[in-house]
Amino acid sequence: MGNSNGDSGEVQQERQRNCDISNSWNKMKGITEENMPKECDSSTVELRARKNGFKDNVVEAAPTNGCLKNCTANTTQCATANGTACSNSNSNSKQSLYTPAKKLSEFAAEHTRKTSFEEVPLHTACLTYLGFYLLMILGYINQLLFVPKVAKEENREGYVTLYDAFESFYSRYVYRRVRDCWNRPICSVPGDEVTLKDRVTNDYGWSFQFTGTETRCLNLGSYNYLGFADATGPCAEQSEETAREMGLAMTSTRVELGTTQLHLDLESLTARYLGVEDAIVFGMGFATNALNLPSLISPGCLVLSDEKNHASIILGLRLSGATTKVFKHNNMRDLERVLRYNVVHGNSKNGGKPWKKILILVEGVFSMEGSIVRLPEIIALKKKYKAYLYLDEAHSIGAMGPHGGGAVDYFGADPKDIDILMGTFTKSFGSAGGYIAGSKRLIDFLRTNSHAHCYASSMSPPIAQQIYTSMSIIMGLDGTDTGRQKINQLARNTRYFRRRLAQMGVITYGHEDSPVVPMLVYLFSKIGAVVRTLTTRHIAVVGVGFPATPIMEGRIRYCLSAAHTKEQLDYALEVIDEISDRLGLKYSRKPREPNTIEY
Amino acid sequence: MVAIPYLFNEIERIFQNTPLYVIVLEGFLLLSVIWLLFVKRNGRGKRFSREEEEAIIANYEPEPLVANTNPNHPLLKTHLVQSKVGKRVVVDGNDCLNLATHNYLGLLEDKKILEDACNTLKKYGVGSCGPRGFYGTMDVHLDLEDRLAKFMGMEESVVYSYGFSTIASAIPAYAKRGDVVFADEMVNFSIQKGLDASRSTIYYYKHNDMADLERLLIEQQARDAKNPKKAAKTRRFLVAEGIYINTGEICPLPALVALRAKYKLRLFLDESISFGTLGKTGHGLTEHFNVELIEVDLIMAGMENSLATIGGFCVGSHFIVEHQRLSGLGYCFSASLPPLLTQAAISALDRFESEPQMFAELQQIARKVQEVFGKFSKLTLRANELSPVKHLYIAEQRANAEEECELLTKIANKCIAAGVAVIEARYLNNLEKHPIRQSMRVTVNRLLTDADIKHAYDVIERVSKEVL
Repeated sequence: MGNSNGDSGEVQQERQRNCDISNSWNKMKGITEENMPKECDSSTVELRARKNGFKDNVVEAAPTNGCLKNCTANTTQCATANGTACSNSNSNSKQSLYTPAKKLSEFAAEHTRKTSFEEVPLHTACLTYLGFYLLMILGYINQLLFVPKVAKEENREGYVTLYDAFESFYSRYVYRRVRDCWNRPICSVPGDEVTLKDRVTNDYGWSFQFTGTETRCLNLGSYNYLGFADATGPCAEQSEETAREMGLAMTSTRVELGTTQLHLDLESLTARYLGVEDAIVFGMGFATNALNLPSLISPGCLVLSDEKNHASIILGLRLSGATTKVFKHNNMRDLERVLRYNVVHGNSKNGGKPWKKILILVEGVFSMEGSIVRLPEIIALKKKYKAYLYLDEAHSIGAMGPHGGGAVDYFGADPKDIDILMGTFTKSFGSAGGYIAGSKRLIDFLRTNSHAHCYASSMSPPIAQQIYTSMSIIMGLDGTDTGRQKINQLARNTRYFRRRLAQMGVITYGHEDSPVVPMLVYLFSKIGAVVRTLTTRHIAVVGVGFPATPIMEGRIRYCLSAAHTKEQLDYALEVIDEISDRLGLKYSRKPREPNTIEY
Repeated sequence: MVAIPYLFNEIERIFQNTPLYVIVLEGFLLLSVIWLLFVKRNGRGKRFSREEEEAIIANYEPEPLVANTNPNHPLLKTHLVQSKVGKRVVVDGNDCLNLATHNYLGLLEDKKILEDACNTLKKYGVGSCGPRGFYGTMDVHLDLEDRLAKFMGMEESVVYSYGFSTIASAIPAYAKRGDVVFADEMVNFSIQKGLDASRSTIYYYKHNDMADLERLLIEQQARDAKNPKKAAKTRRFLVAEGIYINTGEICPLPALVALRAKYKLRLFLDESISFGTLGKTGHGLTEHFNVELIEVDLIMAGMENSLATIGGFCVGSHFIVEHQRLSGLGYCFSASLPPLLTQAAISALDRFESEPQMFAELQQIARKVQEVFGKFSKLTLRANELSPVKHLYIAEQRANAEEECELLTKIANKCIAAGVAVIEARYLNNLEKHPIRQSMRVTVNRLLTDADIKHAYDVIERVSKEVL
């Protein structure tokens, strides 16, 4: 008993120590010339040794002096090379939360200017609906004339049918026509390029056969924002070592025998990376939302959720039993309207009593829209109406901000203003899992109440190691500026790609600094056409249509990566330009940039 | 135009002919309609002036986001694992015999599986960087699905990236609002969450009590008879666990299957523990009871126990399973399972097929543990003799759960210090649908020897006598 107690005490102490050290990284984010030398003396950055498990394996890492200098050098580099992106975020960082209203409105205007959005032309809208109905009618005729080649349920005569009729009709007769554009099997690292396993269908999409050939494609589909999806290099090597030492899984939950030093280190590093007191990690990103929201809110609470929020959030809200009101996507006026009404009028189902708590739930970068959350405005609203803020940084962590710190870093906001910071490790870190970060009070509460922490399997050690190593690289703790270079590369790629697309005359959605780039093609059948044509030209992209988007807004989504080079993007853009002419995708009626766009 | 004066005359005549009370009544009715339309609405959504609104906003005091946590909360004090969790494990600095993690077959320490996984890592990297729909499907995922389906002798399988989400996503993919689900009261937490997400009407029957289940089914029949129109649209499901992690008992599958057929239910079985442990070749509960696979509609299982990796899967007929590829939330909207962990599952299945004797070995050890651990003087054992998960309860039940929990924690900690890793089962007691009695959850590993079992018995017996 005494033994184990003593040990956990030590762990606590170490966690505390790690929290203290986190200051160095925090300050690094807001580098000023004066505090530079002082910082360098005081901060000895602790880097996890490759070996895990035993505490004495923690070593003092590369002299931080150099590292910090590297970072500053990079910031300036970034400011010159990447012009407005960095200087903007820097200027934002100065206008902290207590922004005067005027500044905030200026920011709002700027955000709107940088977000591209265009109403769908009327005739396109009509054609889209027409096309969709045509597909449906053809489907119905098809269903009448031909016996569907679907498996029939056996041995269950007289049972109530298992599926909704429309659902099965839709998947059999509408979705099947373009089924080959999704679930494409790959057989390589999902890096800058990806190898598709070719498959053919001889029965109009009911089934597929592999041809045995492979197609190497430029990968504009995976969420490999910082290019950490790699089978070689420090991340893969250290993960392998960890796998050999600690095994592939813990076969236990975190609260039983599933906590290793690696998990604790990863949690403290995540907290330090995000500039908050504490963090908790989970084995699956989806489950992080779905299994933690129910512990944070309960019936009698109000959640204001953005209409474009991810399915995991919606599931979490459903499980929680709280009242959910949806506000228009990224629309601050609508949010304030709903917020104000509910603060003033209370819970109408409960005789107008005030809501127990009000939680605003938004994502950093919306995965289907490519838009960036209007964080400064939301923080102002949240403060004004005393609501809490839950920010899902699944797509923004690593991919946004001058230090890869997500939307919070991008806007230079104080991370403590966001009550609950959530994110995943699947995307930028090239691993799997998710985290929640915030105050120690919040995290302690989750450690004792989270469904995932108590009942779900602990994170696999090699998976955790991949996150730890990639996060250390992003933070520059490995003594190199690889992380910084990746962040800059992604930011440059994003701007270049988006501006070139706009110049081409296709309609894209979202903010100019968001690495998720949806290109609107509207018609359902065009999604299939574009995805297929691009594959023949060795480019892999993702198409998204109904029901993931509104019927009218079929789109192609490009996900940029730091692993892409200018040449690769130029090739992609050239092909997109060509097929946009052929398939008629240049819907935009905005004036086009006449000059050549510099990388 | 000529008709207008005539019309007025008509109206006048109508009024003349109606009695006064009717006019009064109708006038009153009209007024109340107006009142309902305007006054009531204003009354409900009170109008506030700008200043009043500001005052309300200024006075609004929400509850804190989360309650304060007791720093001595048992869940905050977790053990630190400092080695691979194999047959032996280093916990808090003590080298222990491992009777706490769910690595029943000992495949976590298997060199070949590790080597295969590392080779996959060298080919694919660590993460899959996308959901299955968007270039997250790798050939290893398809291989694993194929292998699982073949191994189980079913048409199709679908692989999820997390065990908990497998169960919690599969159930609501079929059961929707308005449907009825019958479930055992001791089902694990992931099933409970799946049931919550389905928004169906849930009836819990007493643990493994078929008479109680039938009583509920007869009640449902009576309800259906009352409203046959609704009944024709109400899907009915039966959810059970192969081996209940919360009690270590095996569910009476033949009886469930009989009831399923009699009352036209669809049977979903969570085989997270029974898969790879029960049956002659590790196929799980259906093999154990020699029940035709077609009698069970869907088998769900985590791969985090006997397969010693991460993730989960569902197997069943093509008709049933394919649906999850578009409707299983945890499947569609989550990144796919990292390829190295997928490969680990494939390699573990290789071992299942090449060394089928290991299941008999495990069952033998489970029997042995049952026999030896049944003799504790201060603890009582509960589990099926074949189950690799067993529960030890304090023999003399204490007044409250906290006290039992404390005592068990004390025993577990002392056992760990003495070189035997056992752990008290941890639950979020306030969230469980039915209270679960605190226990020590002991797991059985195939690699345990008789001497190990004897040693573990001695240590636990000594410590429990000291504490209790």
